[in-house]
Amino acid sequence: MTTTTTGTSTVNGSVGTAHTRVEGRDKVTGAARYAAEIPFDELAHGWLVVSTIARGRIRSLETAPVLEMTGVLTVLHHHNAPRVDSDYVGMLGTPDPTAAVFQHDRVPHMGWPVALVVAETPEQAREAAEALVVRYEEEPHDVAFSGERPDAYAAEGHMPAVTEKGDLDSELAASAVVVDAEYTTPEEHHSPMEPHAATARWDGGRLEVLDSNQGTTWVQGELAKMFSLDPDSVRVRSEHVGGGFGSKGLRAHQVAAVMAATALQRPVRVVLTRRQMFSLTGYRSPTTQRIRLGADADGRLRALEHRSLSLTSTVHEFVEPSAGVARVMYDADAHHTANRLVRLDVPTPTWMRAPGEAPGSFALEAALDELAEKCGIDPIELRARNKPERGPVSGLPFSTHNLLACFQEGARRFGWADRDPRPGLRRNGRWLLGTGTAAASFGAGAMPSTAVVTAEADGTFTVRIAAADIGTGARTALTLVAADALEVTPDRVHVRIGDSDFGPAMIAGGSMGTRSWAWAVTAAAAELRERLTLGTGIPPEGITVRSDTSAAIGALAQKERHSFGAQFAEVAVDVTTGEVRVRRMLGIFAAGRIVNPLTARSQFVGGMTWGISMALHEEAVRDQASGGHYGADLAGYHVAAHADVPHIEADWVDDPDPDDPVGIKGIGEVGIVGAAAAIANAVWHATGVRHRHLPIRPDRVLPAGAAAEGERDA
Amino acid sequence: MREFGYERAVDVSGAVTLLDTDPDARFLGGGTNLVDLMKAGVERPARLVDVRELPLDRIESAPDGGLLIGATVTNSDLAAHPEVRRRYPALAQAVLAGASGQLRNMATVGGNLLQRTRCGYFTDVTAPCNKRLPGSGCPAIEGEHHNHAILGASEHCVATHPSDMAVALAAFDAVVSYETAHGPGELPLADFYLPVGDTPHLETALPSGALITGITLPPAPVATLSRYRKVRERASYAFAIGSIAAALDVRDGVVRDVRLAFGAVSSRPWRATAAEHALRGAPADAESFAAAADAELAAAEPLPHNGYKVTLIRNLVVAVLTELTEEAAR
Repeated sequence: MTTTTTGTSTVNGSVGTAHTRVEGRDKVTGAARYAAEIPFDELAHGWLVVSTIARGRIRSLETAPVLEMTGVLTVLHHHNAPRVDSDYVGMLGTPDPTAAVFQHDRVPHMGWPVALVVAETPEQAREAAEALVVRYEEEPHDVAFSGERPDAYAAEGHMPAVTEKGDLDSELAASAVVVDAEYTTPEEHHSPMEPHAATARWDGGRLEVLDSNQGTTWVQGELAKMFSLDPDSVRVRSEHVGGGFGSKGLRAHQVAAVMAATALQRPVRVVLTRRQMFSLTGYRSPTTQRIRLGADADGRLRALEHRSLSLTSTVHEFVEPSAGVARVMYDADAHHTANRLVRLDVPTPTWMRAPGEAPGSFALEAALDELAEKCGIDPIELRARNKPERGPVSGLPFSTHNLLACFQEGARRFGWADRDPRPGLRRNGRWLLGTGTAAASFGAGAMPSTAVVTAEADGTFTVRIAAADIGTGARTALTLVAADALEVTPDRVHVRIGDSDFGPAMIAGGSMGTRSWAWAVTAAAAELRERLTLGTGIPPEGITVRSDTSAAIGALAQKERHSFGAQFAEVAVDVTTGEVRVRRMLGIFAAGRIVNPLTARSQFVGGMTWGISMALHEEAVRDQASGGHYGADLAGYHVAAHADVPHIEADWVDDPDPDDPVGIKGIGEVGIVGAAAAIANAVWHATGVRHRHLPIRPDRVLPAGAAAEGERDA
Repeated sequence: MREFGYERAVDVSGAVTLLDTDPDARFLGGGTNLVDLMKAGVERPARLVDVRELPLDRIESAPDGGLLIGATVTNSDLAAHPEVRRRYPALAQAVLAGASGQLRNMATVGGNLLQRTRCGYFTDVTAPCNKRLPGSGCPAIEGEHHNHAILGASEHCVATHPSDMAVALAAFDAVVSYETAHGPGELPLADFYLPVGDTPHLETALPSGALITGITLPPAPVATLSRYRKVRERASYAFAIGSIAAALDVRDGVVRDVRLAFGAVSSRPWRATAAEHALRGAPADAESFAAAADAELAAAEPLPHNGYKVTLIRNLVVAVLTELTEEAAR
């Protein structure tokens, strides 16, 4: 991948220069140990038994024969498991009671944890778990998700459920051009490479949990509340994490491991299988979204409506806020958005890379492309004409708004100016070719964190912060940030992360991890430098400074704070077989100051790759009769393979955040936003057919065919 | 996962004797499918007899101009063999269209023929499935079936056979050789896979405990101009949603000989005999190709969500035969 960074900020110091991962050698040689790989004496292994019905009650568990099996130590279930408290408010709200395992006999969805079999070896535990006979009183289930649900209700989640400004009907009536379409996205799963895994043990009166998660103090706090423990008596460590994407918070495996370690008074490890991950670690809800756009002939929006329906379980409310993206991207005289929810007998969904924005941008940015076509305006020009001056709903000013700079640079590098907007004209052998574009945005925030920085007597510095490197390169980024803040070279800085003993810190989530941690590290380092300038010399134990950014972050002015991006895609479609291939992609982002160009580019490219996957491949299928998944493994659930991923270029424009000490905005999620829409828009440009339902798979493309003249809907 | 014993067979007679005396034992080839099924609890053998070290790993030319392929030849070696590539190019292409490099290095020819369907109900032990648990029902018919069979299925099972290799072998009239404790035998590939009927759990005509020892490809001059095309839901590393093995002999614009077989449409590789019959002696043009495809697909019985496969196979027949006709003219 050859790219030239267009950012023009002068680089003095380490931030902004490319660094390989500080733990890279450990990872590629296998020296880095992940949660399920760390050895313990006397380790016992737990295996979850999950429900085979979608709704009902557990009538009985025949544990006696299982307890007779070789190596089996115990079977935990709702009759004998420790009671836990799930009625509390944690760092990110009330917990999903799915994690509070074995508390009652109700089964609210297929794959619900009903027992944990613990044995001396994982093989014995698994064999015994599979042998455990569980009898149920089955009740009829309802897993039918559709836009027609009469029981749907407006739901808040972390933003208002409904926003309404102006008279939608009259503005639509007054519009020269109207787009009115329904878009759907399927259930999608995080599928990190490393399955969820935890080892729990009691060590000198302290509970220690080695885990794979996105925030050690987060999980520490949840476990302390759930088991009614003093937070100081719980230590959670998570040094290396093989991907999370929103799925790695408090889950059934940690709670079950703690219960078993408590019952047996020996270390217990619980690892989820890939199939169990489909029902126990969250997912992105399917969405049905209706978009109505009304515009004058010049493309200026008079009316914008974005309504999204998602689903949640019967035990916990989670909203996929897909309509939220419209509250940021485009203004209109009449502007209505709503996030609605229906509760079904399914597992609880959760945050998944760009929650809300990923599916929401597919619908909204595809609708914008339809509007551009109807108005006869270039899609980029249409977006330029509708750039909001202030937050369309909030009325607040934007901290920075560099979307058009992204489009400008992207259009230049992609060769957009030469594009013939008419669909269905370009052919290369059996392939029809097309190009498409879409805008991206994601919120740029920071959350309070604490960091500890020590000047060691040997001239090095040690940074301790409960950050999580879930594969993003956060550990390396923080090394560069600390080096600059301390005005030393990165090789003199050692960053230790993934340990709740280091104090409260933001999770790796919401594209806020690196920014929040960098702020705390910078604050501690600045104070430490002041202390060092006093020149008293460094004692053998070093000089340590602790920071807490709560006050600084609390004092931030209210603004619309976002990263932006412009996505471009070229696709080839064979309408006789339904195959769609992405030939190239380009993403240009305005996402704050880039700390480490090497890993930042990987993160953008990773997001865009996921966009290909979302556009063309991913769909978790729920069997309506059983209420469970069909093909719940990585053979059945397709993600893009290497051969699906073409040349992808990701780059950025200069966009430092004026209110952040380092200028960071956060880059974890914006890379996937708009990517699926750019691909769908390119498929239209290739074939003349609008595909409004993801994934754009051969069984949809083939029957839809091509339409060189006029519009066809698939 | 059940504990199991493991033994490595050193000769064919020893291997078949082991299985003859232990109905709970299974032969282990590359293990690329069997081990997955054991982990899922679909297969629960008490003993594995590893046959990968048996001296069946050679590809030899037969005196009549055909090829003899040992059962433990790996998929990688089969696809790379110069005589396979020269005489039966569609076979090499079919093998390379399947799985990944790592899997092809492990997977054997014999195991490839005997791999099980990837139907998601079959591989989920909590679901009903007539193939895994006879009489329990087939949820695919009312449920998820967009990649299930359109030809030769029954009300008891609509699963497809996953092999790419077997589709090319079907087109080229391969014959499967096997050994049992009571002597050797042979089965033409056309008779190797049993019709689904009401016994979807009975998949092949191999006698109980038989070990596949090799495959014979009879000489087929038509096969030198042959092609395998596979359509799948991602560019690599996925099973087909429709595939075709085709060979064509065209002279003076007329089809003299043709071979056609389809994959991912049936419980077995589907030899398109009706299409071949319609094509022999017909003009080599898109119209005849389409008519021949229609003749074959007249028997198709698609379900509500897999009707696109009828169009897909028809389009593939026309596209691939047209390509081969153009190639023949060069």
